[in-house]
Amino acid sequence: MTVLGAPLVNLNQHWLSTLLGIVALTLVMTFAVMFATYYERKVIARIQQRLGPMRTGPYGIMQAFADTFKLVAKEDLRPATADPVAFELAVFAIFIPAFLALIAIPYTQDWIVSPLPLSLLYLLAVSGLSFIGFLMAGWGSDSKYALLGGMRAAAQLISYEIPLILAAIGVVMITRTVDLSAIVVFQHKVPLIVWQPLGFLIFLTASIAELERQPFDIPTGESEVAGGVFIEYSGIRWSMFQLTSYVNMYVFSLLGALVFLGGWEWPFGRDVGWGYQLLLTLAKMSIFIVFYLWVRASLPRLRVDQLMSYAWKVLIPFALVQIFLNGLVLVYDLPDVALLITSGAGAAALVFFIYRSVRVKPRRPLEMVANGVAARSVV
Amino acid sequence: MPFQTLLDNYLAVFLAAIVGFILTATALIGARLLAPYSKERGKSVSYECGMLPIGRARAQIHIRYYLFAILFLIFDVEAVFLFPWAATFSAAGKAAFWEMVMFIGILAAGLGYAWKKGVLQWTKQ
Repeated sequence: MTVLGAPLVNLNQHWLSTLLGIVALTLVMTFAVMFATYYERKVIARIQQRLGPMRTGPYGIMQAFADTFKLVAKEDLRPATADPVAFELAVFAIFIPAFLALIAIPYTQDWIVSPLPLSLLYLLAVSGLSFIGFLMAGWGSDSKYALLGGMRAAAQLISYEIPLILAAIGVVMITRTVDLSAIVVFQHKVPLIVWQPLGFLIFLTASIAELERQPFDIPTGESEVAGGVFIEYSGIRWSMFQLTSYVNMYVFSLLGALVFLGGWEWPFGRDVGWGYQLLLTLAKMSIFIVFYLWVRASLPRLRVDQLMSYAWKVLIPFALVQIFLNGLVLVYDLPDVALLITSGAGAAALVFFIYRSVRVKPRRPLEMVANGVAARSVV
Repeated sequence: MPFQTLLDNYLAVFLAAIVGFILTATALIGARLLAPYSKERGKSVSYECGMLPIGRARAQIHIRYYLFAILFLIFDVEAVFLFPWAATFSAAGKAAFWEMVMFIGILAAGLGYAWKKGVLQWTKQ
């Protein structure tokens, strides 16, 4: 079969190795997610001075396997009034984008399933697709909690996607390429977190919100919307949602490690062999994962109005300022240190702003009732 | 051969989409085979704090979601414009930079206008 005189699919070189890579990635992904569930429970437990899972196997290491088998063997319910098409397809619509993101990530210099020339843009675009699945699940479940959760999920995901993309644009302005491998190679002397502290802070915050992890887990908060979009899902469908959220956690951690911390390139260079390169990437990735768990164990959940105004009134203006400053430094050929100074000042301003807004002001009880913050419905 | 290159690059994306679909379908079918199934009617009622649900859940959605969606559209399209500019602007000179600053400035003014009109305010005080 030919299109425009060229063979449509070049069977010999591409097709099979790509498929093998995807299958290998699937297996690694499954076990990595199982490990992440166990690791998360252990870390959160230790932070709360508990032991976490201890009964299944030594130190509870078989807990994830037990959970998996339990979830597969659980009854799979669907409300009689639910929209069958939207309800069933939501699982696919949420899982497939997360899976697509995995193939464009360079794990080492050579370990990449498909070297896309626009991989950073591709990753951001694909990870932004999942909100359609949340809307489908919320609308299809015929449950008021699910509908509220789905709408909130969509609003949150689209709001925080913009600061995430703008932070990435700040990086692209410096590296002048949208290819992730080239961005990593660019950092062979200094990782980009040094030149872009403000962009890094914005990326970090927005990625927690994109993952819908605590303290940004408003769409799935148990105490507010009783689990949100997941409320009518059980058994294997629910576990597919969980699987997706952990895959996304890996994707964003890897993205942060590659874009801001220098991936496999910094500080040892690329001549150390793929083993060390992989270890370096994974070590930088786990910094992000531990940070996400730490934040989850430390911070209380935001309110939905705080969440939306944080994205639109704080993160987006700061991200635009970051782009403007980068452009100013790069166009007028100022020394590289100017990037660090301007972006560092921006980061300090952002941190100060957050500190000022979360500082607890002593109030009289009557004043709190009059303000009525807690009593007001914030749907 | 640009078309062939494009195809080679994005072949993996199509393949991964197919594999992801098969993976999810296998999981769902596997659960259908393994998991128990009962015909009890009470289980197919959607959850509403343990009581029978009142009415359907096709509720009307507040207008503010719609306004945020419009704002998102504006800024997402801006981001699409910004990516090719960001990769090339330092070679294109000062004029390209200040033109883009003007473009961003107009959109930022739009954001400021929405802010002033109270669109970004989730609840009315």
